[in-house]
Amino acid sequence: MSAPTSFDEFLDGLWRQNPIFVMVLGMCPTLAVTVSAVNAISMGLATTFVLGTSCLLVSLLRHSIPKQVRIASYIVIIATFVTVVDYAIQAISLDLYEALGAYIKLIVANCILLGRAEAHAAKNPPLPATLNAIGMGLGFTLGLLAIGCVREMLGAGKLFGISLFGAHFQPWVVMVLPPGGFFVLAFWLILFAAFRHINGRRNAQLGEVQS
Amino acid sequence: MSMELRTSPHQHSGRDVPVIMRNVVYSLLPICAFSVWQYGLSAAALIVTVTLACLAAERINNRISGAGNTLSDWSAAITGVLLALTLPPAFPLWMGAVAGFAAIWLGKSLFGGLGQNPFNPALIGRAFVQAAFPTAISTWAPAFAAHRFGEFIPSSLAAPFMAPPDIASWVRQQGVDAFTGATPLARWKFENITPPAMDFLTGHVTASAGETSAILILLCGLYLAARKFLDWRIPVAVLGSAMLLAWAFHLAQPDRYPAPLFVLLSGGLMLGAWFMATDMATSPVTPRGIWLYGALIGILTVVIRYFGGLTEGVMYAILIANAAGPLLDQFNQPRILGGKRDKS
Repeated sequence: MSAPTSFDEFLDGLWRQNPIFVMVLGMCPTLAVTVSAVNAISMGLATTFVLGTSCLLVSLLRHSIPKQVRIASYIVIIATFVTVVDYAIQAISLDLYEALGAYIKLIVANCILLGRAEAHAAKNPPLPATLNAIGMGLGFTLGLLAIGCVREMLGAGKLFGISLFGAHFQPWVVMVLPPGGFFVLAFWLILFAAFRHINGRRNAQLGEVQS
Repeated sequence: MSMELRTSPHQHSGRDVPVIMRNVVYSLLPICAFSVWQYGLSAAALIVTVTLACLAAERINNRISGAGNTLSDWSAAITGVLLALTLPPAFPLWMGAVAGFAAIWLGKSLFGGLGQNPFNPALIGRAFVQAAFPTAISTWAPAFAAHRFGEFIPSSLAAPFMAPPDIASWVRQQGVDAFTGATPLARWKFENITPPAMDFLTGHVTASAGETSAILILLCGLYLAARKFLDWRIPVAVLGSAMLLAWAFHLAQPDRYPAPLFVLLSGGLMLGAWFMATDMATSPVTPRGIWLYGALIGILTVVIRYFGGLTEGVMYAILIANAAGPLLDQFNQPRILGGKRDKS
């Protein structure tokens, strides 16, 4: 009985409550670091790691953290793991570290993290809390990747640094500039809204047929 | 007996959106014809491509939204023609199509269609391609090239998503003497050279497809104004404020700032003042608001031209004024007949 529900928790973040396309949270890194697919995926995975570990810890400590100081405690926990990720990325690739800039440190201020800790991890046992957090993290990664791929393809004619269209490709300069982030995000939001709309209508029709 | 209750106005002039829009298209035709005569096949293909892209975008949007067919109100066609006239004649056709789709989707459909859009859709399209393809949009072709009716400017036919080829070698073959590849505004800004005013009337200047002949635009605009299809106060306010400000600068430092006539005739100011700023959906409706709106466009244009990094400022001036329009209306509500003179 617990297995499907845990899986549901996992799917929630990945799809039904996708942090970017459904909840529209964490817009700051979404717009800022999605210039290329590599940046997007590393930012997403870093956030996933912090989400998973901090939610696990918050869930384990949920009975011992006093209610009055819970926010501060969550922030300390999140900040700890952000520092870990910050040093880890710096050690793995300095180029990537410089490309992501301040946004790695700013994971600590990402509303998805505090939101998950407060709304889910603090009320659930470790396993579902971690699964939900990782699902959210992967959903976030998916969203960043979707935006990053489009921006890199149009803005540089590449995907993951590999040239797609040959040397004569005309890059769309606007796509690597901040407005490009807004355009592509809006495009995906419209697509998801349309998808949900069609799905909702189909479900409503199915419901009518059954009743 | 049945009674019908209606609010004013009770009398209808018989002018609906399609009639007005169709007349605007008619008035744009001479400008298009002059542009084709100047730049040949490339300009013709650009105007047709951009207009078709706008119509296609509108049609697709009609399909998705389930609303009726809005092609017949001619507004998408106007957006297309106007947008094409603001682009350089050597602009690659595929980029023109991108501009057309951006104009309709970003500029109009997203806001809810004709009448709901706060910004002029044609200028949104141009702003988009200006940000996306800054090199192509500042690559100019010479007017009256020798073989302009026999062949395209090579950059027009660049394959979709591919960079346009360099047109310098093509320009040399055309027997055009002394082509600098810079607009009069750029030459003034960077070299302090202003061409004689006569060049602007005959179209012997480097410019976007539809902004070369100030006098032709003026005549077409006057036709619309005379038939009351546009509010004459807007172009008067735009051109008047631009001229006054330019005149003041010219008086203060004649060797640094050009004569007011140059400011009026060069670049897109004429086309913008008569055909873009007067867009009914995006301009204010209160009398004082209209004057302020026009003056804002004129002043911003001169300020951007003189002190900005860009050589031409009409597009951004109109877009900024579009954004300020509702606010200007709000602050300039006319006093209702019989109302208190001063509320505040």
